[in-house]
Amino acid sequence: MSLISPATFADLRRMSGDELINDVIDAFLDDAPTMVAAMQAAVGTHDVESFRRNAHSMKSNADTFGATALAALARELEAMGRAGDLNVGTRLEVLRAACDAVSSELEGMRI
Amino acid sequence: MTSPIPRSRLLIVDDNRVNRLLLAHAVEQLGHQIETAENGRQALDKLRASSFDLVLLDIEMPEMDGYQLLDICLQDSELRNIPIIMTSSHDEIDSVIKCVALGAEDYLSKPVNPILLRARVNASLEKKRLRDDHRRLIRTFADKDVADELMRDGFSLGGKHSVITSMFCDIRDFTTITEANDPADVIELINEYYEIVIETVQAHGGNANQMQGDGLMSFFGAPVYYPDHAQRAVKSALDICRQIAAFNVSQTTKGKLQIAIGVGIATGQVIAGYAGTRTRATYICIGDTVNLSSRLESHTKAVKRQVVIDENTRRRLDDSIDVEPLGEELFKGKTIPVQVYSVRTT
Repeated sequence: MSLISPATFADLRRMSGDELINDVIDAFLDDAPTMVAAMQAAVGTHDVESFRRNAHSMKSNADTFGATALAALARELEAMGRAGDLNVGTRLEVLRAACDAVSSELEGMRI
Repeated sequence: MTSPIPRSRLLIVDDNRVNRLLLAHAVEQLGHQIETAENGRQALDKLRASSFDLVLLDIEMPEMDGYQLLDICLQDSELRNIPIIMTSSHDEIDSVIKCVALGAEDYLSKPVNPILLRARVNASLEKKRLRDDHRRLIRTFADKDVADELMRDGFSLGGKHSVITSMFCDIRDFTTITEANDPADVIELINEYYEIVIETVQAHGGNANQMQGDGLMSFFGAPVYYPDHAQRAVKSALDICRQIAAFNVSQTTKGKLQIAIGVGIATGQVIAGYAGTRTRATYICIGDTVNLSSRLESHTKAVKRQVVIDENTRRRLDDSIDVEPLGEELFKGKTIPVQVYSVRTT
């Protein structure tokens, strides 16, 4: 089953046009690992602000592509960051796995 | 449908590259020119370096977030005229409401819907255009400081007591000039004279308030307060005299009319505010001080000096101004004589 909502992706493609859609996918593929790494580092240094902001960006990007499950995971982590609670358990591992899966699916959607 | 909105310059502020790409593309599709910034700090540098018609502003950003930039722009007399549309994810609605309450023009949810984007961007640009026209119109008929106060605080009739310096500047023997010369030359002359006087008064922080024939009434210390209002008034008078002298030299070489001026300056309490009716009102200062400045201007002719001031003004001047006491004078309509001084113009 697709991790990306076909309807949302179709809207995005219509809005960006075929020329830009690859650039937008590339921006996601480039930036997503940096965001996950920044969240991991923020847990280590207990930098609540950086953790929350990166979770926020991940959520925003996941929403843009219609990656609903990834967005939900990121949203939960953003809420924890906002509450100052960085006891994330295995949630970051789950997020990383979901992000990798979405990334490889997006890779195949380049035009 | 083609947009009636002329090509405008927009600043897109977002720390997220995916959002910047999509917003930039959507705005360019509307025919506008864009610049981007990755946080509030970068955006502020760009806003101060060149002019923009609209800002699309993200809330969550590192270094300086959307709230901080919005707040700085709203406090800044130049930047507050640029409309700001907040862009946010759909679950940030509380933050967006806060921004709109603070003074943001509107908001858009991300990912943006191109139709909503077009509607909100065009509505904001149109409102800005109307406000700019309004400001230009007010500035044509009112002094810059009065116009800014009107745009900022709105308008209400009524005044307040203020201590200010009033300056009256007039062309000597203007009636003779008007009678002896071609009306077109007279208007050209008076326009050049007004340009010198009004620009100089404003450059010194004064309010060029009313023109009557060849006379200009200016106020220093209201509506914008400066503690050194007397010093500013006298310095602007000296500056005006220097510029009129230079103007006369250039007129002579062109074989054109020359002018001589007189300046009267008085300091004291007035009532400052808007007078008139709800539909036709003007910013004025009323009181003895204003009348005295006009009497002192008339007195320049009798004492053959260019700039004449009262004791209240003289007391507020620093040593850089050279004054000459001219004794006491009892002016028409006054019961107490006034100590009069002239200011040396060279």
